[in-house]
Amino acid sequence: MKNPVMTASGTFGYGVEFADFVNLEEIGGIIVKGTTLHPREGNDYPRMVETASGMLNCVGLQNKGVDYFCKHIYPELKNIKTNFLVNVSGSSPEDYAECAARVNELDGIPAIELNISCPNVKQGGMAFGVTTEGAAAVVKAVREACHKTLIVKLSPNVTSISDIALAVQDAGADAVSLINTLMGMVIDIEKRKPVLSIATGGMSGPAVKPVAVRCVWQVAKAVQIPVVGLGGIMNAEDAIEFLLAGASAVEIGTANFIDPAVTLKVVKGIDEWLDRHGCKSVSEIIGQLDA
Amino acid sequence: MKKYVKDLTVKAVEFPHELYVLLKLTDKETLPETVPGQFVEVKVEGSPRTFLRRPISINFVDREKNELWLLIKKVGEGTHKLAELKVGDTLNLVFPLGNGFSPVQKEDEKVLLVGGGVGVAPLLDYGQYLKAHGANPVFLLGARSKSDLLEQELFKAIAPVYVTTEDGSEGERGFVTQHTLLNKEHFDRISVCGPKPMMVSVARYAKATNTPCEVSLENMMACGLGACLCCVEKTVKGNVCVCKEGPVFDINDLTWNI
Repeated sequence: MKNPVMTASGTFGYGVEFADFVNLEEIGGIIVKGTTLHPREGNDYPRMVETASGMLNCVGLQNKGVDYFCKHIYPELKNIKTNFLVNVSGSSPEDYAECAARVNELDGIPAIELNISCPNVKQGGMAFGVTTEGAAAVVKAVREACHKTLIVKLSPNVTSISDIALAVQDAGADAVSLINTLMGMVIDIEKRKPVLSIATGGMSGPAVKPVAVRCVWQVAKAVQIPVVGLGGIMNAEDAIEFLLAGASAVEIGTANFIDPAVTLKVVKGIDEWLDRHGCKSVSEIIGQLDA
Repeated sequence: MKKYVKDLTVKAVEFPHELYVLLKLTDKETLPETVPGQFVEVKVEGSPRTFLRRPISINFVDREKNELWLLIKKVGEGTHKLAELKVGDTLNLVFPLGNGFSPVQKEDEKVLLVGGGVGVAPLLDYGQYLKAHGANPVFLLGARSKSDLLEQELFKAIAPVYVTTEDGSEGERGFVTQHTLLNKEHFDRISVCGPKPMMVSVARYAKATNTPCEVSLENMMACGLGACLCCVEKTVKGNVCVCKEGPVFDINDLTWNI
């Protein structure tokens, strides 16, 4: 990786949507929209509501399916010289494995991020990510089907995120990324109805950052594999918190909606911070927390 | 069309009505190319509870004065904060976004532009464009009452303006679809921007009279770039982003009950 800054799945499209604002080749990694074996229409509108310092979404993994990605999107992406990672989701271990197997055939994709933590789909998604057995089963199935670097994205909506992280490590994950969104709800008091079409949604943005930093800190202490930190990062200072908490890299998500050029500002800001503190590389500060 | 994230300078702030503010923005550089019907996403500063940008349609672009106008209805905390901007302040915009209204189709075509409430905003820029490109625009504007009618003089300077008000204080009493103009004249096509019930009833009129019709939608949005998939509208091609595939849609592509 050129730098430790990636874009979070579902917040940066396929990267090309942001090409007018940032040089995509300068971003450490671009994790594309969640991809499933079959096309998905996603949930009904409304899918989004603003909250204090954040937002809820219930998009529901709308995507055109892995075959469409391989045939129509990948050929465009493979000429862009950066790391494109595919976020893979599914509704059964077999589904996940089949989808990952298709991505495995794409030479230009170095890694898969396995989404076992989407709170917005009825079947699968987060259901696998909230038990150690479920998480391990999906990771095991995908591990057999896919030989690329396997990052598993974890849900914060659990009793012990460290236990889930250990389970996916034991099942063969190469890294974990966390946190996916926190499940939330907003009510329209005049209509006495939930604002979102499926009542609940995943909360993101700066409001969730302290929860995410805590999760990264706990997981980084528990596992031996690298941790990728995300959740509410708006600037370089936020990213450095995650690195100090034990993350080896970070993902920028919701901030892309506020400033489409934020990713490279974070890259630059991290470099400047490292310079100011006499550090030669990011590796010198990963997990270097006095706690 | 290339998109930008830019700090523009507030050149003028006008209050055409207690509920609305008109911001005239400018830049040292020539403003980017835009198409009528496109929108901008503005960043609201100084309002902690306003997290996301606010999508605002382009009201008018004055190329001679290098001005971009935003006509904003004060709805929530974010838009109220925008109304507090002063001359000389900066406003951060991501723009131009979305696809605009249809370009001129043929010489002398007669295009009915129907607007309601703050939905009249993009029709000023579009009307000006149509007139400058050899078409014949006609405005049909609806409001609750006379005091809610916006930019009337500017519209009249471009093309004939017909008005309906719900209380009859100006023009004909009732809704835009009840205006007698619709029984008297034929139009080659119709473009609409306003509250959804108004757009649906105009779409019904268009369908019944076999008139091509496009509508400008304003679903709740986050990114404005087609990345977050939050502002989707159901269409004959499935769920599509209003911000990227729209905001202007042919009524035949929507799944409205018309």
